[in-house]
Formats: sequence, structure tokens, C-alpha cells
Amino acid sequence: MSAPAIAAQLVVSDLSVEIAGQRGVVRPVDGVSFTVAPGEAVGLVGESGSGKSMTLKAILGVLPPEAKVTAGNVVLDGTDLTGLSNSRLNKVRGRRIAMIFQEPMSALNPVMRVGNQIAEGPRVHLGMSRAQSVRRALELMRRVGIPDPERRFRAFPHEFSGGMRQRVMIAIALSSDPELILCDEPTTALDVTIQDQILRLLAQLCRESGTSLVFVTHDLPVVAQICHQVAVMYAGRIVERGTVSKVFRSPLHPYTLGLLRSAPDVDQPGQSLVPIPGSPPSLLSPPSGCRFHPRCKFAEEDCKVSDPPLRLLDAGRSTACLHYERCLDEMGADA
Amino acid sequence: MTAQPLLEATGVEVSFSVGSPLAGRLRGVQHVLHAVDGVDLTVHRGEALALVGESGSGKSTFARALVGIERPKRGQIKLDGKVLPARRSRADQRRIQMVFQDPYSSLNPRLTVGGTLHELLRVHRVVPRGEVESRARELLRLVGLDEGAVNAYPRQFSGGQRQRVAIARAIALRPELLVADEPVSALDVSVQATILNLLEELRADLGLTLLFISHNLAVVRHLCDRVAVMYLGRIIEVAPTEALFRDPRHPYTAGLLAAIPRMTPGDSGEAPAVRGDPPSPLRLPTGCRFRTRCPMAQQICAEQDPALAESPEDPGHSAACHFAWTTQTANATEAV
Repeated sequence: MSAPAIAAQLVVSDLSVEIAGQRGVVRPVDGVSFTVAPGEAVGLVGESGSGKSMTLKAILGVLPPEAKVTAGNVVLDGTDLTGLSNSRLNKVRGRRIAMIFQEPMSALNPVMRVGNQIAEGPRVHLGMSRAQSVRRALELMRRVGIPDPERRFRAFPHEFSGGMRQRVMIAIALSSDPELILCDEPTTALDVTIQDQILRLLAQLCRESGTSLVFVTHDLPVVAQICHQVAVMYAGRIVERGTVSKVFRSPLHPYTLGLLRSAPDVDQPGQSLVPIPGSPPSLLSPPSGCRFHPRCKFAEEDCKVSDPPLRLLDAGRSTACLHYERCLDEMGADA
Repeated sequence: MTAQPLLEATGVEVSFSVGSPLAGRLRGVQHVLHAVDGVDLTVHRGEALALVGESGSGKSTFARALVGIERPKRGQIKLDGKVLPARRSRADQRRIQMVFQDPYSSLNPRLTVGGTLHELLRVHRVVPRGEVESRARELLRLVGLDEGAVNAYPRQFSGGQRQRVAIARAIALRPELLVADEPVSALDVSVQATILNLLEELRADLGLTLLFISHNLAVVRHLCDRVAVMYLGRIIEVAPTEALFRDPRHPYTAGLLAAIPRMTPGDSGEAPAVRGDPPSPLRLPTGCRFRTRCPMAQQICAEQDPALAESPEDPGHSAACHFAWTTQTANATEAV
């Protein structure tokens, strides 16, 4: 058993992704910057179309063919991944960065035995012999809580339940001791009791091995459960960033505030739901100035004109709102 | 409760044959999956009753049996005191309507919204012919859509708007019971809130009775008056919403509640709220079906299948656990 790798720091700076379509160029990721400290779990949240999954795919270099990184870079422990050739990148993917997808059934090979899929990484990336890699796979299966690994080793993915398949995905992700695991809605398709098992498992394994985590989800309580830091995305941009406890307790962007107010909190029955008016903008012609201003009740003239960058406030918190104090006033008025 | 319940289901069973029927016939075996396995449920007029459970618990199949999409193998469904026959008259069909999770596949893509509503209103003769047009517009207003929506096709709407159309379609027939199967699960949170608020408004304005099927317990706590929890084809607990969340008596309910991700995570340690996977519905455990995952299972649980029993103190609260009303330990998984 090799010692856990020393976690790297991931630095994403000013990352932009463009897709050229028939009706023009859209930028689903538009100048996104964030960092992940060793052993840290960072949540990327937002609604459909906010660019959170696309950001994840850009980090790993697995964008769909029509999408391209047009600006910015992704630096993993000193290596700029955006500059790497595909063959060099293949040495990083699966080895130093692993990914867990929402739908394990479509991410796993349906005609390969589960155990062999887990053993493949150690053989290819860590140069283990066949026997070593099988031992490693069995041990990983035990670690992720797959009962009776010796027998289940020879099973195929379709013989597993959804939760067990996601455990297999986690075992594969962990198999080469990666520094960073990217998770794209890994528990969204699971039942709540199974989601609870998988979240606890992920948190425990990352704590033990010091692996960093980037966790994409639309589910705020899931972020609260597993992440230390959170970045809120809207229309391709990060609009707010900070520690989970602070951002969720006192949001400094009206979009974050809107998300918190529109989802019922199981611990606050009787609270009324306030939807965010309007709908997200078309990325073909995003609004001028702040992209959220047409839906924002705090919007003023300056919001329509100037496009506010994400700026750092005190205590490691950032917001892209010109009038973020209004959020504080609003939360204060409620309390 | 002395008032006549709106709906009373007793001993409802729905089963499916699974596996290849030909291969089964040749080998002389047939697997039968009891998706709904003896469900009793009462819905009172004007209430919002939640049916919760995980995938495979039978909640959707049961709902489809109520609406008449599935035909129960056993049991009866009474509406307003009268048994609904297996083959329902058009008038009976009108009385229970359903909203589905995915509004795109439940609306006719080739009909405008106006076309869909006009057809319904005419076929079921809900209003005189001359009023069909104005009633359709009124329905759209009720669900918060522009009157211009009459001429649009389903694909021209966003997910939330489409769900509004599906709701307009369902309430067009003035049903006594609206069954909503995961109506907000496919929607983004900000849109989800608008649909939940709409359902609340409609309940208040039209006095709708709502059977709300969901796996999202936060949404259920927000919207519903009572909750029924299903596990592997059975209802294992029924209670008023607050009683259920405050004092769950079935260990599965307790585990389900403990598994909800919270906005302010109390440090709950590494032990999951409920261990293991649900067993295959084709090979159910003997006795209590939850015992294979239950932290408090005893010998009796493997031998006897517990019936849904009312609380001695609170007749509105029932649970199907041998220990529901004898010990205080349904919450044990949380307390440890």
C-alpha cells in the first residue's frame, strides 16, 4: 500500500470556455477563478446552465468537442494543465485527478468486471503487477463498503444497485491515490438514505487521505454537509465565494440570498418560499452590467452599466455585487 | 374524525410479472413483483397528504392505481363513500387528476396549450360549449400564465411554465383530488418555489385536496398536513406532519429523517443513518420488511410481519413496528 499522495493546491484562474454554435458564440464559463487548498472540499453551486459542470469538465480537459478553453489556466500543484498535450494530460487524469459522475451506470464499463475496472488504474498509473492490482482492488472495495469483495469482484455493473455502483466509482477514483477528486452531482440520482451513506464515505475517505474535493451540485444542504468553501455560480460566473457557514448564514450576493430563500429548509417549517423572479438569461445575449440585475430587487442604475468583478472583502469572502450591504440589511431585518 | 373521508383505499395490491414471460412460461416459473402490497390509506377532504418513500417503495404505483392508470389486483378504492369500479366512467375519471414529474412527456407536443385545454373541457363537458374559450383563459390565469400562452406549444415553455400548464390541465376538470407525483423534482430550486407556492394558492382558492408524492422531505414538511411513509410496497407510518418530524415511531422513518442533508450540519459522525441497501422486492425478508436494515431488530421481527397500529394516545399516528408504541427508542439511531 503506497502512502497517500501529498495533496496539491488547485488554482483555477480566469477560466473561460466558449462554444461556437449556429446562432453565435456562447461562453458557458466566463472568467472563473478559485483555489482549492490541500485537503479542502470546495462546493460549486448554481442552477442548470450556470456553468458549474462545464467548469469541472474544463479542469479535467474532458469538454465536449464543440467547447474550447479560450482563456485562463488550471494549475495543479505547479503544473499548468491547460497547456498540456492530450498524452501528457492522460498521465494526470485518473492518476492525480479523478472524477465521479452523477450516473455511475453510464460512467462504468458495462462489459468489464467491476474488480478489473478498479484494478486498471493501479496497473496503468502505478505500475502494479496484475496480482498486486487485484489485491489493491479488493482492499479498495472493502474500504468503500462493498460487502463480500472476493465474490463481487467478478460481478458486472448491472448486478449492482445505484448506491453500490457509486461506491465502485469512488473506489476507482481512489485507486491511484489522486490529489484531487472532482465530483459532478454524485448523489443526485440516489435515494436520501443512500446519499447519506455516500456523502459520509466521501468525507471520511478524503479526511483520511488528505484528498481535495471539488463538488458540483445544485443542492445547498449537500454542500453544507460536505464542503468547507463554496462558490456560487450564475450565468457562467462566480458571483460569491467564501466559507460554507458564512455564505449560507449571511449571503453577500442577492442571487445566493434568492437561492436560500426559495428552497424549503427542513429545519424551518412554516417559512415562506420566495422565488427568484424571472429566469436565467440567454448566454447568447447576456444582460449588460451585472448579469443578475434584471432579476435583482436591489438593482440600481449602476448595476445595468458596470459589470462588477468578484472582489475580495474581509475574512476570505468575495462577492460580485455592487450593493452587497443590502443583503446584510435584509438578513438583519429578518432576524 | 366523523366526516366522511374523500378517499379511502383498503388493502390495495398492485403486482407486475417480471422477467421474460416466454422464458418464464417455458421453465414454468413466474416472478411476481408486489409493487403495492396491501395499502390502506385515507385522504380527508381539503388536506394535503404526502406520500414519501425511496425509489421502489411503490408510492408512484399506488398513486397510479388511485387515478386508475394501474388496475389493482386486490383491494378497493372508495371515493366519497362509493366504491370506484375497475372500469371507471368518464365522470369518475374526472374526479381524480394527476400531475406528473416530467411535464414535457405528459403534454401532447402537437397541441397548443389552448388545444389541450379545449379538448378536455369539451370532451368532459365541463362548461357549455360557448364558454370553453373563456374557461381556458381563466385556467391559465389561475396557474399564473399569460393568456397569450393559449396559442403556444409545450416546447415553447420553460420547465416551470410547462409544469404550470400540466397543473392547469389537471384542474380543468375540477377534480376533487389532485395527485401530484414528484411535480417539482425536475425543476431548479428557484422555479420549484414558484410551483410550490402555486399549489398552496390553488389549495386555498379552490379547496383542492392534494396527494403529494415526493422523496424530498423538506418540500413535504413545507407543504403538507399529513405524511404517509412507504417502504417496499407498504405504508409503515402515517402521522400529522409535525408529529412525524418531531417524533417518528418507525425506525425507517427515523433513519430517513436523520439522512436528510441539513443546512447547519450537526456533527453526526461517520455512521450513516440507515445502513445497507433495500432488499430486492422479489425476495422480501420474512416478518418485517425493514428488519434487514433495522438497528433495533429482534427475533420477533423475523417471525411476525407487524401491522400498521395506531398510537394508544394519538389515534392520528400509526406505525408498523413491533416496538412503535412500547419503547421510546425509535429515535435510537439519532440519539447514539
